[in-house]
Amino acid sequence: MIDVRLAEAPFDQAEELTRFTARVPEAGGVVSFLGKVRADSGVEALDIRHYAPMTLPGFRALAQTALRRWQLDGLLIVHRVGEMAPGAPIVLVAGAARHRRDAFAATDFVMDHLKGESWLWKRERTAAGWRWIEPRAQDHVDRARWG
Amino acid sequence: MSARLVFLGRLEDLAGTAEMAVEPGPLDQVLAGLPRELAVALLVDRVRFALNGRLLAESGGITLASGDELAFLPPVSGGQG
Repeated sequence: MIDVRLAEAPFDQAEELTRFTARVPEAGGVVSFLGKVRADSGVEALDIRHYAPMTLPGFRALAQTALRRWQLDGLLIVHRVGEMAPGAPIVLVAGAARHRRDAFAATDFVMDHLKGESWLWKRERTAAGWRWIEPRAQDHVDRARWG
Repeated sequence: MSARLVFLGRLEDLAGTAEMAVEPGPLDQVLAGLPRELAVALLVDRVRFALNGRLLAESGGITLASGDELAFLPPVSGGQG
């Protein structure tokens, strides 16, 4: 079971996890990761832009890859787009599996690939105005862990 | 009917718009009609092209037909979390 969505408005992570967990009754465990807008000093807002014809299809392909690689009962990806305040949820990834290691690994894998490979462009606002966020070398290192 | 250019990320700021209708034709010709600074920014190596939602392996030899959408995709941001 794959549930992959872009969220234009704030989502409730507890509600999302409750609903996801209910849809995978066979699973022995659910691992989740919640990414939030970091409350860095001076950052007033984060804006995430996407390209509709490619962003969600890319997420789905990533989810399928994870499903082939690990024994999963379900995989959830909810990713915000638009403008967010510091502390707001950006992304929720959850993996459900018979055994916890598959769920941990798949969730970690999906996060590493979401960050550096998804068709999302981010900018942040400070007192000086908006600034586009450039790719980080660390994102490449994170993905290289998976071979 | 025209073709459409879509500018993502910082390219939107540079273009001053997220989308632009253009006359169909060879890409070289389309780019020649854009402000020079924008055309140069679109042609750097790190900008990928997607025609009608499909990533192109290379940018050479593109001709836009009526109704086509060509998106310019700068490097994605990563970061956060």
